[in-house]
Formats: sequence, C-alpha cells, structure tokens
Amino acid sequence: MTRISRRGLLASGAAAGVLAATGMPLRAQQKGGTLRLGLNGANTSDSWDSRTHSDAFMINLGHGAVFDTLTEVAASGELVGELAESWEASADAKVWTFNLRQGVTFHNGKAFGADDVIASLNMHVAEGAKSAAKPIVEPIVEMKKLGEHQVQLTLKAGNADFPFLLSDYHLCMFPAGQIEEAIAKGIGTGMYKVEAFDPGVRALLSRVDSHYKDGRAGWFDSVEVIAINDTSARMNALMTGQVDAVNRVDFKTEALLKANPMINIFEVTGNQHFTFPMLTNLSPFDNVKVRQALKHSVNRQEMVNKILLGHGAVANDIPIGPANQYFASDLEMNDYDPDKAKHLIKEAGLDGLQVDLSASNAAFNGAVDAALLYQSSAKAAGIDINVVQEPEDGYWSNVWLKKAWCACYWSGRATEDWMFSTAYESGVPWNDTQWENARFQELLISARAELDSTKRRDQYHEMQMIMAKEGGTVIPMYANYVDAHSTKLTNSGVIGNAFQMDSSRLIERWWFA
Amino acid sequence: MNSVLKIIAQRLALGLLTLFIVSIVIFAAVNLLPGDFAEAILGQGATPEAVAAIRTDLGLDQHPVLRYFQWLGGVLQGDLGNSFAQANFASFVGDDSGVRTTVAQQIAPRFANTMFLAGVTAAIAVPFAVTLGILAALYRNSVFDRAANITTLSSISSPEFFLAYVLILFLAVLNPWLPSLSNIYDGMAFSERLEKTLLPALTLTLVVTAHMMRMTRAAIINLLASPYIEMARLKGIKPMRVIVKHALPNALAPIINVIALNLAYLITGVVVVEVVFVYPGIGQLFVDSVKIRDIPVVQACCLIFAAAYILLNLTADILSIVSNPRLRHPK
Repeated sequence: MTRISRRGLLASGAAAGVLAATGMPLRAQQKGGTLRLGLNGANTSDSWDSRTHSDAFMINLGHGAVFDTLTEVAASGELVGELAESWEASADAKVWTFNLRQGVTFHNGKAFGADDVIASLNMHVAEGAKSAAKPIVEPIVEMKKLGEHQVQLTLKAGNADFPFLLSDYHLCMFPAGQIEEAIAKGIGTGMYKVEAFDPGVRALLSRVDSHYKDGRAGWFDSVEVIAINDTSARMNALMTGQVDAVNRVDFKTEALLKANPMINIFEVTGNQHFTFPMLTNLSPFDNVKVRQALKHSVNRQEMVNKILLGHGAVANDIPIGPANQYFASDLEMNDYDPDKAKHLIKEAGLDGLQVDLSASNAAFNGAVDAALLYQSSAKAAGIDINVVQEPEDGYWSNVWLKKAWCACYWSGRATEDWMFSTAYESGVPWNDTQWENARFQELLISARAELDSTKRRDQYHEMQMIMAKEGGTVIPMYANYVDAHSTKLTNSGVIGNAFQMDSSRLIERWWFA
Repeated sequence: MNSVLKIIAQRLALGLLTLFIVSIVIFAAVNLLPGDFAEAILGQGATPEAVAAIRTDLGLDQHPVLRYFQWLGGVLQGDLGNSFAQANFASFVGDDSGVRTTVAQQIAPRFANTMFLAGVTAAIAVPFAVTLGILAALYRNSVFDRAANITTLSSISSPEFFLAYVLILFLAVLNPWLPSLSNIYDGMAFSERLEKTLLPALTLTLVVTAHMMRMTRAAIINLLASPYIEMARLKGIKPMRVIVKHALPNALAPIINVIALNLAYLITGVVVVEVVFVYPGIGQLFVDSVKIRDIPVVQACCLIFAAAYILLNLTADILSIVSNPRLRHPK
C-alpha cells in the first residue's frame, strides 16, 4: 500500500517543474526497448474516441500514451499541468483561465492551441453524444478563446475542483476540425504515436521524436499493448516472458507469481470500494441507531482477509479513499463491536433485529460470500440477517436502488465533490441511500466553491465524519489495484493509485532497468 | 457424373433447409439467455430509462418474431447486419457518418485467422493421424499399437484447456521453446505467424488425432481379412505395400468421412483453444459477443459454424462417392 501525501489543490496551478520539486527518489532512467503490456478490458468495438473509453485497455492507450489531457494527476497525487501550463480562478471559482503550453504539435504536425481545447470539450456535449464526462463539461456555460494559447471557461456555479476534473481520462485533446480523422487514426499530442491498431487484439505505438515531457517521461522506444482478456492467459504470458507487465492479477494464482523471482507484484489502495447501501427512507433503516448497529456488527478485517484475500484495506463507511485529496484517515473507526450493536438496537426501542440483505456477484466478486460473512458476524449482536441471493442479470436495474438493503460497488471518484454529488447529494438519480442530512448537504454546496484548501479540508472532514456516523451505507472495505511486472521493468518508486497500472500511465512513467 | 451433380444439388438444398432451422434455434436460444445487450453494456448504469433508450435504439423492444424475420430478410440479401457494440459506438459519436463496421467486416479477418489455424492443424494432424493409423494397422496388437492407442485416447478424453495448459507447461514454461501467446496480427511475417500458431495447432492436433487414427486403423484391419488382400500377400508383397497400395485405397471412404468431420470441428470447436492462447479468431469473437449479448454477431458466428459443418459433411460424402467406383457408377 502506498501512502500518498496529497497537497491541497491550489487555485493557481503549479505546473512544470513540480515533479522535480516533489523530490521523487531519483533512479537513473534509461531510454530504449520495446515495452509489451498484457491488458484486459479490450473489445472489438474499441476506438480512439476517448468518450467511449471505459476499461483498462483503452484507458492505458488513450490518455496514458497517445493523447494528453489539460491537467494530470502525478504519481504522487499532485495535480500538475499537462497541456495546460498554469491556470487561475476567479474568487467565486466560476471563471477559469487556462494558459496552454506553446510549441506542442499533434502527431500529424498540426499545432495545438485554444481552438483544439474548445472543440475537444464540445465533443462531450454534442447532440446525441453519450459521454461519461458529460457531467464535467455540461456546467461550462461559456468557452472563450482569449489568445492562441489561452482559454477561459465559465461555469454555471463555482467549482474549486474544476482543474482536477479536467484530468479525467475521457477529456483527451483532439485536433479541431480533424476530430473524425483523429478518432479513426489515433492522432493526439501524447508521447507515443499509433503505428498499428487492431481493436480487441493489439496496438503498436512508437515514441515521438521530441515532446514537451522529454527528460521527465517516455523512456520506451516503442510499446506493444496486447489484449488478453482471459485471466489465466494473462498470468501465463507474464510467467513465460511474453509480456513485461499485466494488470488485474488473479488472486488464485498469485502465489505462483510471487514464487517467480523474475516477477514483482505491485498493488495500491485507491478509491475503489464495496458498499452495502440501505434505503434510509424505509423502516427499519430510517432509524439512525439501527444503521449504527449494523455498522458495528460487521467484521471489516475478516472481510478484507476472506473476500479480498488481503488485497484491500478496511474502510470506515465513507466513499472517500486514500487516492482523494481530503481523505479523513483519522476518524474514529466503526469497529466490530457486537455489544455496542446490541445496545444500539435496544436504544432504538427494538427487541432484536431481522433484516433482508440482497446480494449477487454482479455487485462485486464475492458479494454473496461477503453478505454471508456479514450474517455470521451480526449474529453475535443478536441481529438476524437474511441473505437473499439475487440473479446477476438485471441486478442493477431490479435490485440496486430498489431493495431496502443490498450489495454494491463504486470505483470511487478523483474528487470528493464528484463522489458525493454522484451518489450522496439529495435528489441525484444514483443516490442509493436516500439519506438526508441538512448539514451534510449545506457543506457539500459550500465546499464545492471553496478555493481555500484549508477551509475545504475542514469542510470535507466534517462531511466524512457525519457520514461515517449517520450515513446510510456500510462500506467495509477498499479493494486494491493489484498488477504485476517483470523485474526487467522499474519505476520511480512512487506508483499512482487513481487507477490500475500506475494510474494507467505506466507506459510513459516506467523504464527498463 | 450427372448423378453426382444431382446428389450435390439435393444435399445443398437440404443444407439450406438445415441452416434455416439452425437459425431459428440460435435465435430462440440467444433470446432465452438472461439479460440483454442493454443491461450487459450498462452494468451499474442500467437505470430503466437508459436500458429502454438503448433497446429502442437497437430495436430490441420489438417482438422477437418480427426481429427474427427482419434479420432473416437481411441475411437472404447477404447483409448480416450491424453489431450492437458498433451501433452503440456510433451513437456515442453522436452521428452515423463516422466509422461503422458491419458484422461481416468484423468477422472476416477473424474467420481468416481461424481458417489459418485450422489449416496449420490439418497440415500437421491429418498426415500424422493417417500415418499413425497405418503403422498401427501394420503392427497391430504390438506394443507400438497399444501405446499409440492409449496416448491418443487419453488426449481425446482430456478437456481441451487441460491439454493446452499441459503443452504450455512443457513447451513454454519449463522449456521456453514456443510462445504461449498466439497474438497474430496483419502484416506479421509468415514464419513468425506459424511459430505463434504452433502451440494451439498442436493442442488441436492432440484433440483430433485419436478419431482419425483409430478410423484409419480399423478400416484397414477390416480390409485385411478380404480375399484380395490374402491374394496380394500370397504373391509375396511386403506388408507395408499391401496396406498402402491395396488396402488403403479401398479404406479411403470412411477415412475421408472422419477427416472431414474433424476439419469441421477445427473450425467450430476452437472456442476454448482460442481463448486460452489469445488467438484472435472467430471463437474469441464469439465468446466476447455472447458475453455482451451482441445478438447479430452471435448469430452470424453460429451460421458460419453451421455452414462449415454442412459443407464439410457434403464434401466428405462427395469425396467418398468419387473414391468409390461402385457409387460413382450406380446401376
């Protein structure tokens, strides 16, 4: 597990030079070689349209190698500029001005400028386009070109996280006026250009001759990314040296990988978490004491050990994780305490508790087993949990948001506000607990536009505290991202935890030892 | 010769009827699978509205019978339709003017790869199995015969993925001679392509050899009791020559039949092997498509599988007629 120190998000972005300044352990980087990656999540329908990217294969290729975004979350968790060099916000965090990097060209020779930013952002709100990044772009009411290398984006309401959101892997920069061609051929500003691409099968990339990140990243001469959706085949490919790194290690054969001296397993705890949301507008979950009793009747460590086989960390009923900036790691834990749970049930005026818990492995791998563990640990508190095994197909439309208590997962979000406003703001469609707390909602709104990061930290801290205590969801654990690489590869020692494979930027960050 | 043509025409007509019935069965079976494309692709985001929107987009809300005839109409005009995944992608783009490939375009390169694998396997397996069968017949009941029988029977009795992993263990992990990944692609040199294809081809060889070898052996031994073989032997011809020159030509019909059946298996039964070796053939595409309930692709794959079976069976019948003078010149 990597401890990440997240510095606050500053209104004026610190950009180039930050990597050197953060004092990353210096290991001599070496240029050269062909990196071969074996990744899952590949489909025959894959394309270079970053709006459609949703799984490891295209995320690593798209924003990780061929394309650039305006901002980038460095491996240390710091927000740095990628195509934007610096940025400034108005006092209400509504108007954002981005100064773009000069002298950047696309792979086809076109110079990068303000028009490209506007055209690329507009792709996500185009008529009929179904982009997952639409919620980020939609609040932009005006995009203004102030100069060849300066754009001003005006938001509907203040959002202090805005530069952070622009690092999203969907928001790649395409050449204006040539977007269709760029989608067909993969023309970006990234360190690697596309030599060959066979959707669902493989991609071959080569290093561009010169790039603004020279000397900081991009050590491989060429990169071959091979689609290996089958888990055993992926592990085999690494074992037999057919690839240099793979994602999603199979826990069942992990011991074999560990026994191989040529292979290293690397894992990070990010924001991915498994949850048991209760509909707090239904009895008995409308009673906060009942919710608290349930929070104290789950043995979190046992779940991490048995469901995740140790590849995770206990969570404290908050959807904010170690990869977030304002993660409150110092809250009092909702420990497994059957006596306290019993007491809380009594305080709720109940004589024992009997509830149904709906689960299916569609929620997350091992969800049914997790529910059964919950059942047995709650027995000691006199709580009778009846595990209802639901069919996997149609789970998200028939069970989640419908059954009073069920199993669910969230991959987490890059910012606190994004996570809270996706699933915990009152009235949003994915609010899976219907939990209403006036103070929580008030803080959510005020923290959103708060540019002072100290004040913001306090606000988010209080929100996490309220949620851990009174919230409607039981979040027992964070699931790690577990990947593996050959010892021929090496890295700076700091591995990003926003997503698997060094936050999907392994291609430009790693090198051959 | 006319009679042969007549048989071919009859068989082709029957084949078409079979394909029609198969297409109904496939369509019904795919519709019986729980869940549909909209739910598979949306996952957690499968809110009722989103599911309904995609279903309307793709026409999944229409009655299955109507959908079947629409699809059948397209197929009769040579149009296999658009894959759902591609159609959904087009709606992401916001317009239809961009790249949008049809099922046929999607399947063609994969099918070519599968045919390549089948070709390599056939080139290894057929001569190997027939030779082994002849030798087993020649030295019948010897230690060699028994050993060949036991080995081929145990390999055909093991599941394919098990054979694949055994081969990977011995030929890729313990002795790094062959690559365990068969990710071939366009523009790869032929020799490299062949090297990458070797492990899956060997696995399939192990699967299909027993059947062909035992049929060769049995057909030849059956003939060895005939009077004309007795005659040949009495003339003092060497046993090997008796078998190859005298017995084999008459045993060809059943052997060809079995070979054709096994070749059909090489095209239709490669799903597991392709997944294990990451071979970009039609089997892998089929698995991926079933997973997301991409019905047009699943149906097209099944039709190709069924057509391959029917055509190869037809070829086998015709070859056995041609190789048999009695059938060639019926009275």
